[in-house]
Amino acid sequence: MEFKPIQILYALLSLFIVFNYGMLLQGFVRKIGARVGRRYGIRFYQPYIDLIKNYTKRSTITHGIMYYLGPVFRLTGGIGLIMFTPLIFGSDIFGNFSFSGDVILILYFMFFGTLGMALGAAEGGHPYSAIGVTRGLAQTTAFELPLALAILSIAIQYQTLSVSEIVAAQQGGIMNWTLFTNPVATAAAMLAFLGSMMRSPFDVVLAPQEVPIGPPTEYHSSLLGILQTNRAIFPAAKLVLFMNLFFGGATSWWELVIKTFFIYMWSVFVGVVYPRYRVDQSIRWFLRIPLILGILAILLM
Amino acid sequence: MSKSDLDKRTVLSPEGEEIEIDPLKDYFADARPKVHRPASKVIERIANWARSESLWILGFGTGCGAIETRPLMTPKFDAYRYGIQWRATPRQASVFVISGYLSVKTLKRVIRSYEQMQNPKYVVALGSCTINGGMYWDSYNTINRLDYYLPVDVYIAGCMPRPEALLAGFQRLKKIIKEGRGEGANEYAEKFDWYKANQKKVVTDWDMPDYNW
Repeated sequence: MEFKPIQILYALLSLFIVFNYGMLLQGFVRKIGARVGRRYGIRFYQPYIDLIKNYTKRSTITHGIMYYLGPVFRLTGGIGLIMFTPLIFGSDIFGNFSFSGDVILILYFMFFGTLGMALGAAEGGHPYSAIGVTRGLAQTTAFELPLALAILSIAIQYQTLSVSEIVAAQQGGIMNWTLFTNPVATAAAMLAFLGSMMRSPFDVVLAPQEVPIGPPTEYHSSLLGILQTNRAIFPAAKLVLFMNLFFGGATSWWELVIKTFFIYMWSVFVGVVYPRYRVDQSIRWFLRIPLILGILAILLM
Repeated sequence: MSKSDLDKRTVLSPEGEEIEIDPLKDYFADARPKVHRPASKVIERIANWARSESLWILGFGTGCGAIETRPLMTPKFDAYRYGIQWRATPRQASVFVISGYLSVKTLKRVIRSYEQMQNPKYVVALGSCTINGGMYWDSYNTINRLDYYLPVDVYIAGCMPRPEALLAGFQRLKKIIKEGRGEGANEYAEKFDWYKANQKKVVTDWDMPDYNW
């Protein structure tokens, strides 16, 4: 694919849209959660206010260079993921920098943020950060296995390593989606997806009420602001990626919003129903059913 | 850990070298707090609006009043709709609710937690005990007036004040922040020596540096 300078502007535009979509999704889901609990709940734009507040805090303290770089790496992971994922199939503007072989790069970006955060949080020196990050890395490693196998399986299925081509292969009706053409890989990936969304039963990393509050314990002010920005971008980017890989991609914004919303609700519903796993339980769980499904997906190809 | 562990001493490293360690310097940073002047008027207005609408409370109950902050999370009072949330770490919190009587032992922890919070930060004092000692006014181990030790933004009187009173207090705090009068952190930095002298008068086993970060 030829590179044109205007693509940078287009990429920034899609970043802006994805960021706002992520923020609104956060706000609305918390609002829905509150309404289910018979509360009025936060205002749906509360995440924006929190973000402005954190960026306008006046003082910051430092623990060293890696402490600064941790959030930067994390945000790089989120932005990198969105830069190489086509948002709208067939659109020049929202196709982003998708190229042949970007699936491998995307898998790398999904792990990148956690690694950066591990270095940063370790330098923060707080024991809760260290506990949170070790749990996070262990769990990430565990769910990356079935995810990588599932993605390899569909790469074999479509004979390509490009997200755009995978989406293109799924066009022309609902029965062409990977969900129906390769259900085993989809199942493995959607179970791995639960682990990556930081929701119950796999939220032992942040473990609210237990080790408050995991890796970001020492992060504050604008550094926390960067992490919050990423918490909007990264899940939204992952939703778009999963939609592209397994649910036929999107040809319009409406399709994108509806599909990603339902993919997100999958993790929300599971989170509401199941209580939190300990980290050893969650790793064992990932290494059983999702991993077996992942291996099956490869063998069946 | 006893107080003598914090003394400066020389130890032998695994390689047999003699190294000097000073735990007070290693575990804490002791730079004095700085006054952070507000930015330009327009920016400060937007920032103050955001600060007032996003009050993150430090989850630290100092006395019996802590029991009154819990119902605020429940459907009946639901403080979340006013932008009030609870944070587990002082680094991210912006409001410190001193909930009721404050024993000297707790005061030490309160000072440390308060100093770890980032500027701007606000203190809400809950109950009569923080105003004049309340029913503990002649107790041997509680302080009587909180504003000798920390700059207080809002007092909520009562013993105990109901959760509604707390909500009203938070609305009051919001008004103060929006008017640009929530400068407790800067006040603390300006009158640092006075506050420190008062704190050291009651905390007799002072085993930390003067300022923790």
